[in-house]
Amino acid sequence: MSEQGNILFCGVGGQGILLASEVTAYSLLAAGMDVRKSEVHGMAQRGGSVTAHLRYGDKVYSPLISLGEADIVVAFEMMEAVRYLPYMHSGSKIIVNTHKIYPPAVATGKMVYPENVLDELTSRDIHVRELNAFDIASEVGEVRAVNIVMVGVLSTYLPVDEQVYVDVMHERIPERFRDVNIRAFQEGRKTAAV
Amino acid sequence: MTKKSSDKLWLSGNEALALGAYEAGVKVASGYPGTPSTEIMENLSKYDGVYTEWAPNEKVGLEVALGASFVGVRTLATMKHVGMNVAADPLFTSAYTGIRGGLVIINADDPEMHSSQNEQDNRNYAFAAKLPMLEPCDPAEAKEFLKTAYWLSEGYDTPVIVRTTTRIAHVKGQVAPGEKTSSSVKAEIVKDAAKFVMLPANARNRRKFLTERMKKLSEFAETFPENRIEWGDGTRGFITSGISYLYVKEAFPEASVLKLGMVWPLPEKMIRSFAEQVDELFIVEELDPFLELHIKAMGIRCHGKNFIPAEGELNAGIIKKAITGEDAVDYAPVALPPRPPNMCPGCPHRGLFYSLSKQKVFVAGDIGCYTLGFLPPLSSMDSCVCMGAGVSAVHGMAKALGEEGMGKEVAVIGDSTFVHSGITGLINIVYNDSYSTVIILDNRITAMTGQQPNPASGTNIKGEPAQMLNFEALCRAIGVKYVVTVNPHEISETKKVLKEEINRPEPSVVISRAPCVLIPSEKKRLKVPLCTTTENCTGCKACLGLGCPAIHWVPVTPEEGAKMGFKEKQKGYSEISTELCNGCGQCAELCKFDAIGIEEDK
Repeated sequence: MSEQGNILFCGVGGQGILLASEVTAYSLLAAGMDVRKSEVHGMAQRGGSVTAHLRYGDKVYSPLISLGEADIVVAFEMMEAVRYLPYMHSGSKIIVNTHKIYPPAVATGKMVYPENVLDELTSRDIHVRELNAFDIASEVGEVRAVNIVMVGVLSTYLPVDEQVYVDVMHERIPERFRDVNIRAFQEGRKTAAV
Repeated sequence: MTKKSSDKLWLSGNEALALGAYEAGVKVASGYPGTPSTEIMENLSKYDGVYTEWAPNEKVGLEVALGASFVGVRTLATMKHVGMNVAADPLFTSAYTGIRGGLVIINADDPEMHSSQNEQDNRNYAFAAKLPMLEPCDPAEAKEFLKTAYWLSEGYDTPVIVRTTTRIAHVKGQVAPGEKTSSSVKAEIVKDAAKFVMLPANARNRRKFLTERMKKLSEFAETFPENRIEWGDGTRGFITSGISYLYVKEAFPEASVLKLGMVWPLPEKMIRSFAEQVDELFIVEELDPFLELHIKAMGIRCHGKNFIPAEGELNAGIIKKAITGEDAVDYAPVALPPRPPNMCPGCPHRGLFYSLSKQKVFVAGDIGCYTLGFLPPLSSMDSCVCMGAGVSAVHGMAKALGEEGMGKEVAVIGDSTFVHSGITGLINIVYNDSYSTVIILDNRITAMTGQQPNPASGTNIKGEPAQMLNFEALCRAIGVKYVVTVNPHEISETKKVLKEEINRPEPSVVISRAPCVLIPSEKKRLKVPLCTTTENCTGCKACLGLGCPAIHWVPVTPEEGAKMGFKEKQKGYSEISTELCNGCGQCAELCKFDAIGIEEDK
């Protein structure tokens, strides 16, 4: 397998980015690839801007993606999609959850949430796929499944069969959350197929 | 932590280190939580046959491990880099006593300060304390190196330090489980004063042993298979270790690399021979020029920090750009509103800091979630140095300012941090008679590192019941006459108590007690979210002063405002995100217009 890739997950602490990157990593591993992933815990997790770096291929050395080297960005929040622009390169693909979460300066009325913020991406050579994963997760019946909706969209960009993901979720997700997460995954895939 | 088809596990560096400790036959392990080291002890506590504990601080943890080693069992101490400063006292002398059962200290550095107050490079401790140090580059190596460390420890009668960094500790990779090994040392009491009683006459003898031991370890370093050369083309040669090795392999896959698995002592002959066989030698390491200085001291010409940044963490792109000038970056950053970390919705610290922000005092702070009280709009922390520093510093301010300073400064410290390093500072306040006030932010748990129990929590590392430290009784026993406990969610009462105690001309302690919202029992509690009624909201923004992530401002145009029945001056209203609200009620208490309440009521 010669497929190689760098996936950057970004969003707000508490959105389930770690689980999303875990499910993706396990699926790539099950497909026989070498995978490395890097996360940050501690202070950075308290509602701040967070990332997880995931790299896969025949043989992966560095667990970190360098600036300008993210092939796919999975942004769980709209403004965060733009914050990590320096990680993208000409031709990068980005999946954006258009749900907004206000940072403190915006929530307290000191600053405004930038309008049409995604223009910063679409005006460059970056392939943007927008969806409101929060609405999709709500329809599925579990707002906390936003992360798995995003995994569903991401899965359509990766060389791994749908069934591999489903098997991984059967193995990894506790039974009481399993079905709703698998539905969220499938709804995510459907939006990508449109 | 489940098996994959290839029998390899998918583990973080910290999970791999826990497995390594188990496979090495560790019997006693002690540590204090600290990012990025915490998950080692958390994971090790799940294995059978190994005693694990959270110690009150790193010094205690290392001394526990040392005691276990003295009676002949394999033992482990874990800590973050700044924790090593706390444990430095036993560390330096344990180098003299040596060990009986294998003793390993895992030290986790945090380049880039993802969750730390400084960026110290603890490889310097290995040099200063004359101890061997191993440095793995990924989770698989972390596990193997830990097992090697026990073999080294018992083979050379020495504590061994295993150094990780954030990108080892919190990186996940594939790890093959291995055989469980054990020590040949017998667990028993052995009296050996010449080895264990470090008074001058004995210590001078052990000092000689230490020199001999370092000489032997230097010889071992020359043949240690984890100090290895990967030959490539000879134009550029790299000497590197730890995570930097992976970045070098990524940036210069065709270059020759000397990878040091042991970063102290160094294999001088191997380094010299490698240097002779490459045209240009580069030392690539994060933080200090540790290898570079020692290699230059051998009289070897090399490049290092003249190219490679000494601040922050590295990656393949940074190294490539530093050496070749090639830059892969297409896009510059876009200016956006910042998104710093914040206290959780319903966090009890928010109520305390809001109340404190009204006192106009210098707040000598400390290390924990509550350090976030520094951020606007609360802006209620004026210093933060290290665990315990606030309590001691506030006394120094009082002594420096005398009567002028009365009522103008206060210390804040978390429950776990108070036990870690605050008690001695409080004793000093009472003993040396100042008017200082200390606020203990008691949320029943060590929160920032992920809700580890501490001596005041009432449970141990396994969640079993444990003796619960009584802060009120402790403070009174120290001699504090005024000890008041408040519920920080009740803001007006908290404000009143703070004003009274801060202005008191005698030592006092305010215990601000309410549980962290992330404690499992709190997470299970039924939350009744609050909401705002736009009819009552006047847009005064009082509730926004809390900086709660669940409350946000909704601006309206004059036309929209008129439609909603707002007065002309009202520019918007506050809204509560019910999916985020924990129903703590702090905002409802601040609202003078009855605009915040439980949904059914509104």
